Formats: sequence, C-alpha cells, structure tokens
Amino acid sequence: MNLYAVRAIYHFELARTWRTLIQSIASPVISTSLYFIVFGAAIGARMARIDGVSYGAFIVPGLIMLSILTESISNASFGIYMPKYAGTIYEVLSAPISALEIVIGYVGAAATKSIILGLIIMATARLFVPYGIIHPLVMVSFLILTSVTFSLFGFVIGVWADGWEKLQIIPMMIVTPLTFLGGSFYSINMLPGIWSKIALFNPVVYLVSGFRWSFYGVSDVSVGLSLAATFGFMVACLIAITIIFRTGYKLKV
Amino acid sequence: MQSIGQPPRTTVTPIIQVTDLNKTYAGGLSALRSINLEIFKGEIFALLGPNGAGKTTLISIICGIVNASSGQIRADGFDIIADYRAARSRIGLVPQELHTDAFETVWDTVTFSRGLFGKAPNPVYLQAVLTDLSLWDKRSEKIMTLSGGMKRRVMIAKALSHEPTILFLDEPTAGVDVELRRDMWRMVRNLRDRGVTIILTTHYIEEAEEMADRIGVISKGEIILVEDKAQLMSKLGKKQLILSLVEPLSETPKALADVSLELSPDGSELIFTFDGQSDQKNVAGLLRRLNDLGIEFRDLKTQESSLEDIFVSLVRAAA
Repeated sequence: MNLYAVRAIYHFELARTWRTLIQSIASPVISTSLYFIVFGAAIGARMARIDGVSYGAFIVPGLIMLSILTESISNASFGIYMPKYAGTIYEVLSAPISALEIVIGYVGAAATKSIILGLIIMATARLFVPYGIIHPLVMVSFLILTSVTFSLFGFVIGVWADGWEKLQIIPMMIVTPLTFLGGSFYSINMLPGIWSKIALFNPVVYLVSGFRWSFYGVSDVSVGLSLAATFGFMVACLIAITIIFRTGYKLKV
Repeated sequence: MQSIGQPPRTTVTPIIQVTDLNKTYAGGLSALRSINLEIFKGEIFALLGPNGAGKTTLISIICGIVNASSGQIRADGFDIIADYRAARSRIGLVPQELHTDAFETVWDTVTFSRGLFGKAPNPVYLQAVLTDLSLWDKRSEKIMTLSGGMKRRVMIAKALSHEPTILFLDEPTAGVDVELRRDMWRMVRNLRDRGVTIILTTHYIEEAEEMADRIGVISKGEIILVEDKAQLMSKLGKKQLILSLVEPLSETPKALADVSLELSPDGSELIFTFDGQSDQKNVAGLLRRLNDLGIEFRDLKTQESSLEDIFVSLVRAAA
C-alpha cells in the first residue's frame, strides 16, 4: 500500500479544514447550537417528554446526526470535486496509487472532519441541554460508521457532479428533508396511521434511531436493524465507488 | 509513412514502448490509430503535431489519465496497467494547462506531490528542485499570488518532486516569455544530462529544433514519422543556392533544362534548389556549366529549410 500517498491526500484535505476553520467547524456548530437553544432550552422546556426523555435531550442525537450527514457529504463531495473542477485531478490519476488508497485518503479525511465536528456539537449541546450517554461505545461506533458511510456517499456525489449546482442538489433536496423527516425532532411512533410505516422507508430513521438508542436506550427500530441498514448503505456506496474506478466514470475518458 | 529513427546516444534501451495503441472516444472520435513508438533512455524526444493531432491524448494515456481503447504501453519495462505502480512512479508529467491548487503554498504543493507518488519526505531534495527552478524564495507563497511563468515552474517542480526518470512536458513553454523559455530549455538539458528521459510536445518548432535529439510527427492520430533530428533535417530539408547575376536573364538557359533552376521575376537571380542529401558536386557542376555558358554572377548565397518548413510539408502531405 502507498501509505505516503494516503497520508498526502489525508493531510492535504485536513489542511483545508484548518484553513477554513470558520466555514468548516464554526458555522455548523453555531447553526446546530441555535436548534439547541430554540428547541432545547427555550421551547423544549414546555414540551412533553418523549419515551421518557425530555424534548431538549431527545433532539440532541438527531441534530448531531443531521450535522454529520450533511457535513460528511459536503466534505467528501467537495474534496473530490474540487480537483476535478480545478484540473488538479490529473496528478492523482497519474500517481502510483490504487483506487482504494484514493478513497481512504479522501473519505478518511472527510470522515475525520465529521467526527471531530460531531464531538464538538455534542459538547456544545451539553451547554444548553442536560443529557447523558448510556452506551458510549455504541455511540462512538455509530458516529464513525455514519461519518464513513456518508463520506463515501459524498465521494460518489463529488465524482458524479459536473457543476456546483449538482454538488448541492442531493444534500439540499434529498438528505436534509430525509433527516428532518427521519425522526430527528420526533419519534416516528408519533406519526399518524400509515405515515409511521412509510417513515420506515426513510434510511435516516435507522441512523437517528440507533444513535438515539446509544444515548438514552430508547429507539424507534431495533439497534440491530439500524446497524444493518447503515452497513447496507455503506456496501451500496462501496459498490458504486468500485464501479466508478473500474469504468473511470466521470474521472477518466 | 513511418520510419523509426536511431537514438542519438550509445544506449538503445527503450524506456517507453507503445505498441499498436488505439484510442476512440465515446463520441466516436478516433484520436489515436495504431500508434507504435519507442522512446529511448536519456534522449529528448519532441512530439510535433497540429492542434487535435493526438499529442496530449497519447501522453495522457501513457501517464494513466486517459484509458486506451486497445494496445500496450511499457514504461521502463513495466506495463502501465498491470504494473501501474512501478510504471507511474518513474513518470513525471507537466500538463499543458496550469492546473494548480491556488490556495496552497509552493512548498506544500511539492510536498504533496512527492507523497502522492509514494516517496518518503526529503526536504533537502525538494529544496534543490525549488532552487534550480528559482522558486526557493517563493516557497511560502500561495500559488495564486505567482505569475504565470512562476506557476509553470511550480508545475515542473511538482512533476520533479518524486525524482522521475521519465518526464513528459506538454507544451512546457506555451505562453511564457523568451527569457523563461531559454531558462526552461537550459533546465531540460540539465535534466537530460542527469539521465532523465524527456518527452515534450510543442507548437514552437524552434524549441524542438533547439533541444530535441529525435522528432516524432503525429497527424490525425497517426505517427507519420519518427526520425533523428539531424537526419530528418538532412534527409527532408531543402537547400537553395541563389546566384546574383551580373547580367539579368529573360529566361532560364535551355542548356540547363535538366537542372532544377528558377529565375527570379526581375531576372537578376538564378535559384537552384537541391535536397539536403545531394552531393555537393551538383553545385560545383552547375557552376562549371554556368561558366561554360558565359553566365557570370557577382554573388552567391545558400539557404536551407528549417524544421518548421519540413514539419509543415509533412503534415500537408499527410492531410
């Protein structure tokens, strides 16, 4: 394995985060904190508990997951799209580096940023909302698994996109709505009739549910199902990436 | 027409071997057709061709940026697909366009390039590369703040950062001023002297004439000629002997109808055209016959066609 190459890509990508600290870290932390202040500290105190958990604490896992999903996709898609856009991708394609090493470098850096961001948001939330974590190892596992999976998804989007609009369209038009409707602010058991069943087709439900279980021991679906769904999505992304590199799709002509 | 020129150096080891290479793009454009080419270790090889001839496509395939439709390429004996790590680690590429990470510093970008090609950090070597390219003073500056010429140097520094033995320069002096162009020529010769094989494409025929050991001409996706530069100029170059006559003539002498002679419009000059390989006796014979005919001249000069003339005639013939 070309470890020097993996390290070069990984450091290169992380260096951009430190260069754009306000945009990369401060901005998502502040915007998520606003949710904690409004829905957690202000309105949350007047709302009923859900599954025995105060509303302010209930929304913490979902909001962390919202940030992780959007940032993982954004970081990884930008990371591979930017060299395509600037033309510097020629260097990566001509280097003695395998597809796996390229993915580890780009996706590893994107996932690292998301995990750091998730931990910062988690710590920030504690300033506004009291909460505990019953299963910290499971929590960390979900954090890593989700960050890696959606960074893989972001990598696919970055390769697919041939314009800035396309880069934004899936995160904005699909991922954010699915996250809001995926039980971040409520339990899907609260949905009326058939809607609680339809919600089960939303993959984000499984992520939020599993992550919330690691905090409070309550979930909408079983933890095993959550893990299986996340792994399933990861495998789908890995298959897509394998096809991309085998065919050179949008990377090589 | 295809002829394989002999390498100018004692070694004849091919460092790049292209065998029956074809490239057809998805839209149906046939960019390369049955390319067979050998480039020898330690030479400067200039690949000439008009726009769209396939020069960049050929380089891009060898470097792994574009997929070939069929054919085989070996770099230093390694297949570029099966042994891509070994092959690519030997190759450096300076692309035609100035593709740079605008927000990176010069030092960071060359460090990145070295790592990407699997080399352990070596600040001493990178310092030497930057110093050679007059970039050491600019090492902490962001690339976006550099001039076009400096960015071109950064591209070369990146390509050299992993100590390649084969260097592709795709239009290396496009858009750079004369002084920088001369600097680059000097640098390329230095690299060749250190054993690096250089393959360059250029629109400046003068550049190929100045630097190349061998010339390849590509047109419409086909290699139409590969030849040692000196032999090419000798074989295909035309020479002209121009005689300024003491008394103008109204027509070329009938007694010299067997000689390729032209008369200038005002009748004051006779122009004798002969190919570069002709025996000089032809010239001496002509002068003797002119003397016998009593045609006196007060001055004579010779001129020969440049590589550019040869290139244009080759490409026109292939069209």
